[in-house]
Amino acid sequence: MTDVNVIHETTNEHGMSREVLMNLGPQHPSTHGVLRLLLTMDGEIVENIQPHIGLLHRGTEKLCENFTYTQIFPLTDRLDYLCPPSNNLAYALAVEALLDIQAPERAQYIRVLMAELSRISGHLLITGALPMDVGAMTALLYTMREREMVMDLMEMISGVRMHTSFCRVGGVREDLPEGCAERILEFCDIFEHRISDYEQLVENNRVFLSRVENIGTISPEGAIALGLSGPNLRASGVDWDIRRDAPYEIYDRLDFKVIVRTDGDCYDRWKCRVDEMRESLKIIRQCIQQMQPGPFLVDDPKIGFPVDKDLLAHSMETHIHHFILAAYGFKVPKGEVYKAIEAPKGELGFYIIADGTEKPFRLKVRAPSFVNLQALTQHTGNMKYLADIIAMLGSLDPVMAEVDK
Amino acid sequence: MSDLFPVEKIVEHFYDRVRIDDTVTDMACVIVNPNDLVELCSFLRDDAEFKFNFLSDICGVDFYPQLPRFQLVYHLFSIPYGWRLRIKCPLEDPPKAPTITPIWCTANWHEREAYDMYGIIFEGHPDLRRIYMWKEFEGWPMRRDFPLQGYKDKYNPFAPEKPTEQHSQLGKTL
Repeated sequence: MTDVNVIHETTNEHGMSREVLMNLGPQHPSTHGVLRLLLTMDGEIVENIQPHIGLLHRGTEKLCENFTYTQIFPLTDRLDYLCPPSNNLAYALAVEALLDIQAPERAQYIRVLMAELSRISGHLLITGALPMDVGAMTALLYTMREREMVMDLMEMISGVRMHTSFCRVGGVREDLPEGCAERILEFCDIFEHRISDYEQLVENNRVFLSRVENIGTISPEGAIALGLSGPNLRASGVDWDIRRDAPYEIYDRLDFKVIVRTDGDCYDRWKCRVDEMRESLKIIRQCIQQMQPGPFLVDDPKIGFPVDKDLLAHSMETHIHHFILAAYGFKVPKGEVYKAIEAPKGELGFYIIADGTEKPFRLKVRAPSFVNLQALTQHTGNMKYLADIIAMLGSLDPVMAEVDK
Repeated sequence: MSDLFPVEKIVEHFYDRVRIDDTVTDMACVIVNPNDLVELCSFLRDDAEFKFNFLSDICGVDFYPQLPRFQLVYHLFSIPYGWRLRIKCPLEDPPKAPTITPIWCTANWHEREAYDMYGIIFEGHPDLRRIYMWKEFEGWPMRRDFPLQGYKDKYNPFAPEKPTEQHSQLGKTL
């Protein structure tokens, strides 16, 4: 399972003790990507954890300083690759705040719809992956089956399964295709029953419960001091959801419940996400219901790409606008903005300093996984054994691409 | 919600040591010297009128060639009141700032990131090591004078040559 790197013996007042320095990862299935943990072990008891991250560091922020505002969308996709629409949405909101524009209503509905679909796809992974980490392989096969349905919907909407890049500054790339709403509603009907299936499969499993209940308990104060956000924070009993408390886009028109649990252990963090998927379904249904036909991109030729592609062949003006946008991008007025949204992993924030050119002067990503992963280093709660570390890591649900940026 | 936020109260408490940044429009913003940073942060966290208990983010900025060259930007959030606050802390070159790890333990990795990317030294930090780049890496990748391609070496043959004298001292790992 793990490589034993170094064995060194130290003396203490009780005589000789044997501390083992163990290396877990970076190519270990339960580290959810390339995370390397250096564990100081006393037998089976873990005394110290040192995460080594950065194996997937791509310098996203440095690249962003050299890209135009439109070119950055594909880069944001690759942060939390399980839910690209959320990342696109957060970034688009930040740039729109700098430009002082707002996307048309239909675009806002499409964005929220996709963000919630991607929330389901992100939560489905942990719903199956945490049981797999602690030894129950079956659940993952079922959740992956359902995730495939979400991927198909994404493909139908944007033409791409994973890295959708569907948002644009001032709207979305295209309107929803014909028949999409029906397909999404069909998915909602099927999926609603499937959530209960997972619960029956995993939740009453005594082996699973004994591995996750009362393990890695984080108190509300501890969670806030650690900067946890999203389901990880709400599992500890802190009732805070940006979608409800500082609504962006059209969330203020939607009716949904914020899932808060009290224990703050691995089980609650897992359960919180399972319940959130039901709320996401509610949001998706309301979006489909409330959505009205209309424009999906802001009506400003200097910011939005031409919607009518036929015009490109006939209108010189459209042609020029398109060329300028594609070749140079648009200028963003001087200023700075921090915009945070409730991404599936927690508070995803984009802090942009604009200097009046086509490229951001500085772009900082407040990646929720990066902050959440830090909770692993704190010896909180009942987290003694090596097996508990795996459960804790799985329940924190970090995506290494987002941790390493 | 930010219009209800009593930012003047911070200035009342700190007099001329804190000033309001009027150029920022999206949220309240104050500028503080590194010497008063820790005091300001613990005041904001503990004062019953503010309760800024959540540290969202720490961001390093390099304004090269402007002076002062570096800046740290802290984003605070008050969960009870729903307020956001930005604290800016301009730094000289070489950049040094006090750590706020004792106030919010989440600052630990944020500060390590700012150190790794900009070479900002956080005095009193319990574990100031590089976080993304490897230990032997030389230079501070997010600084404006660091090329996008990196410097030329065995694995990166088409990148620009590393300047020999002027910045050699800056890029040295601790």
